[in-house]
Amino acid sequence: MTTYFNEMFDAGQVRDPYARLQDWMQSMPADRRLEKQAEAEELFRRIGITFAVYGEGGDPDRLIPFDMFPRVFTAQEWAKLDRGIKQRARALNAFLVDVYGRGEIVRAGRIPGNLVYQNAAYEISVSGFVPPKGVYSHIVGIDIVRTGPTDFYVLEDNCRTPSGVSYMLESREMMMRMFPDLFRENRIQPVDRYPDLLRRTFASVAPAKCDREPTVVILTPGHFNSAYYEHSFLADLMGVELVEGQDLFVDGAFVYMRTTQGPKRVDVIYRRIDDAFIDPLCFRPDSMLGVPGLMDVYRSGGVTICSAPGAGVADDKAVYTYVPEMIRFYLGEEPILENVPTWKCAEADDHKYVDENMADLVVKEVHGSGGYGMLVGPKSTKAEVEEFRARVRANPSNYIAQPTLALSTTPTFVAEGVAPRHVDLRPYCLVGERIELVPGGMTRVALKDGSLVVNSSQGGGVKDTWVLAE
Amino acid sequence: MILTIQHMTRYDYASPARAVVQSHRITPTRCDGQKVMSWQVSVTGGRKGGEFRDGAGDLVTAWTIPGPVDSVEVSVQGMVETTDMAGILKGNRETVPPEAYLRDSVATKVDAALRDLAQSVSETAPLDVAHGLSRAVTKAILYRPGVTHSFTTAAAALAQGEGVCQDHAQVMVAIARHRGLPARYVSGYLFADAAGVAHEAAHAWAEVYVPGFGWIGFDPANECCPDARYLRLGSGLDAKEAAPIRGTTRGTGEESLSVTVAVQAQAQ
Amino acid sequence: MLSRTADNLYWIARYMERAETVARLLEVGARIALLPSAKGYRSDWDSLLRASGNASGYAQKYGEPDQKSIEDYLFFDRDNPNSVANCITSARENGRIVRTALTTQVWDALNTAFQELRRIETARKRQELSQLTDWVMKQTAMVRGAIDATLLRDAGYNFLNIGYYLERGDSTARLMDVKYYVLLPRADFVGSGLDNDQWMMLLRALGSHRAFRWAYGGDLTASKIAHFLILNPQCPRALITCVAGMANHLGRLAKLYDTETPAQAAVRALLAELEGQSTEKIFDEGLHEFLTRFVRQAAGLGAVIHDSYLSGDMAL
Repeated sequence: MTTYFNEMFDAGQVRDPYARLQDWMQSMPADRRLEKQAEAEELFRRIGITFAVYGEGGDPDRLIPFDMFPRVFTAQEWAKLDRGIKQRARALNAFLVDVYGRGEIVRAGRIPGNLVYQNAAYEISVSGFVPPKGVYSHIVGIDIVRTGPTDFYVLEDNCRTPSGVSYMLESREMMMRMFPDLFRENRIQPVDRYPDLLRRTFASVAPAKCDREPTVVILTPGHFNSAYYEHSFLADLMGVELVEGQDLFVDGAFVYMRTTQGPKRVDVIYRRIDDAFIDPLCFRPDSMLGVPGLMDVYRSGGVTICSAPGAGVADDKAVYTYVPEMIRFYLGEEPILENVPTWKCAEADDHKYVDENMADLVVKEVHGSGGYGMLVGPKSTKAEVEEFRARVRANPSNYIAQPTLALSTTPTFVAEGVAPRHVDLRPYCLVGERIELVPGGMTRVALKDGSLVVNSSQGGGVKDTWVLAE
Repeated sequence: MILTIQHMTRYDYASPARAVVQSHRITPTRCDGQKVMSWQVSVTGGRKGGEFRDGAGDLVTAWTIPGPVDSVEVSVQGMVETTDMAGILKGNRETVPPEAYLRDSVATKVDAALRDLAQSVSETAPLDVAHGLSRAVTKAILYRPGVTHSFTTAAAALAQGEGVCQDHAQVMVAIARHRGLPARYVSGYLFADAAGVAHEAAHAWAEVYVPGFGWIGFDPANECCPDARYLRLGSGLDAKEAAPIRGTTRGTGEESLSVTVAVQAQAQ
Repeated sequence: MLSRTADNLYWIARYMERAETVARLLEVGARIALLPSAKGYRSDWDSLLRASGNASGYAQKYGEPDQKSIEDYLFFDRDNPNSVANCITSARENGRIVRTALTTQVWDALNTAFQELRRIETARKRQELSQLTDWVMKQTAMVRGAIDATLLRDAGYNFLNIGYYLERGDSTARLMDVKYYVLLPRADFVGSGLDNDQWMMLLRALGSHRAFRWAYGGDLTASKIAHFLILNPQCPRALITCVAGMANHLGRLAKLYDTETPAQAAVRALLAELEGQSTEKIFDEGLHEFLTRFVRQAAGLGAVIHDSYLSGDMAL
């Protein structure tokens, strides 16, 4: 029987960060809780914060479940995370500049060349290009799980366009509106600087050719996209335009947006579309989402694209296993945050081990995301394990495996009252001229009893994440 | 040899086109054996956009034509002094590691027939393998214009057994990769002398990376390696990526294309 | 402001106004059905369909007009692009796209209309038509009110209003045109019962029958009605009111942007023409001819506005 670390109750004692939540919890009888829950839902719906689950159809206006019980870190706990996350974000960017440049890490034999250069996410078309300030990944979302009082593991890195930051901001907003007293009693570090930091991050990587206050835009695939709300929310908070591909066009050496006052030059594009759709001239010719000619403007220094095309090669699950090596190689430091031990099925020995122990492991597709295409061994039926075993055997290099981690739990409101549920954490590290991290992130919670899958597409919810002041 | 190039590409639009965007790889590669004496590209109604040298060493130039226009003419005029380098690419500055050219593209995916063709060469030394593969491609695909299209894949061309230089080059690239040799598609010009084939003036061939030598050109269509008659422009994973002109327009009107190319050699 | 955003705002207004027009038509139709004269029955439903601009779509789907099918078609039918349900859904979707250009109140009003519409649709319980049309009036008024009370008077506000006025002018002209023959000064009809009923119906469709009485008094005459609906700036739905409204908001845009486009010249020309009109001149030209010309001119003005602000194709 695995024991899970409960972030509030440890050996019958309430841990420090949660000390002041004990009374609050007890002051929430079922009727008041339901009332508050309904209030939260109404607020979310009124604002329009909804989450459509990819590929599931159904109600596009469905709300992601919001749990009112906050998740709390002490200042000391956060200090370690802060250093570890920033260290990782620096190393990942150094790696990207390197592999699109001289490829020293490969030459030094610290990471296999085929893993990088034959990776579908490696963009030959940006080889030799150094983006402004040497940044490829401007927002690094790092998924972190906790297994003990001081044990944190990085589950995966998201170097392209990690989503969910709107939940970090909205959850806080919601909690402050509904429980102002809690914020008086606890000294909680604010997260509301995020939009401004994000805008400054983008402005700091404007191309050299930009000789005035840079114009930043967010490029969305459109209002049918499940994350459209987040795109428009961030655009609004930053005070920048939210554009679709059709709103932009290339003329000469620059990109312009179509406004009611005529064309306006754009300097930085925070794109929320995949590399393959950015420029139909360069990548998928059938893309209606992108801007023809954009890549040539980008390569000739007329515009900055965030994240930089090609950044995806750093967050590939097979490359992930080498991130500690990157930290040592580029920064000359030891990793502050550990990787989850990972078996690469591409390697015969590893595959053999995975094959033999599949029922105890979590097996993931190398390029999968959002909790799709994965097997949680201990939570699966024999038939499911067998089916997955066959899939892995058919194409081993497409899979990696990790031990089933004993994810920590935090108290969560459920039908019967309060019960422990498993959580993870995604903080958002900003990389521009400076590296910034607001104290907080998106805590996802697996609402089903015993479930370890926190993805919103698989029945997960979100919580407000507190970092207490010293 | 001094080659003079006159290359005209004309796009005619059934309904006036707006926002035409083009990306050109149409300047001679800066490498040993190619000395540019003059080179000029013009685009009717076009604004020259950004220009940069990509990781493969190719000069990329962007053009936009705001329109509306009924037609666009891209004309290239140039004179280049070439030297026979025995097919070896030297002096081209590139950052893309050869290993990156081991991956597939849509047009060069291998099927069973391509695999068989790749395995039909028994040599093992990389240079010998490359030569063997080039000979195999020449035999497997008969030169015949008009039977394949710009989007014909290597697998389809092989199945058909006929095609043009694009098909030869793509098949060569596909099977070389299958044998573990980095390979890429190259576009350029060929001066065809009296014995040659005139309409292949806009030409394509393959390059294979051979350790110890670097990139070496192979032209299965003409059973040889590029020499002074060849002028190299750019490269890519396949024909589409190496295309001298890529373009789109806004709108849905029909587009028709006509190309004339003349390559002449001057007495030195 | 992005041209597409302006376009979305403009269409929020047009769709909401269109929903209201269709609801008014339905209300009038129901009222006619209550009239004792059975003679005019069919042709009146016909003319309603024509006024809504979708007679052929209806005929293809249902054939002969009958009250229930027409109600379904004009209110609920998703195959009818101009049904109330489609108009409200489209208005709300346009609003969702530009959510951040709206205030919470405006979004709330649009979203509430949409959420309630879905409830009405799924309830499937037949409601009284008057309840439905009242509901539409209420929703459109809520949106309109939220816009007027809370929205910043920026470019977006002007684009919304331009959409409202353009749609409204167009629908007034179309409604009149469907019934233009009623207003022809023909001796044999004047003073007859049918005549008065038809006039009243037209005014009712425009929500203006009480206002008309106050403004004119005395007997109904073709000339008074034409004057009221075309040339009287006091009538909120008169063509001249709508064109003046567009002129006002286009003028504000020119000031805001510190530059004029062909749209300002076009709207000034149209307004000047209306100001120089009289009912005599209109009847001389022929009411039908005049209205047809107006609809064409309004569409032309819409196209100029589109090219000047909304298309995004302006030269660099």
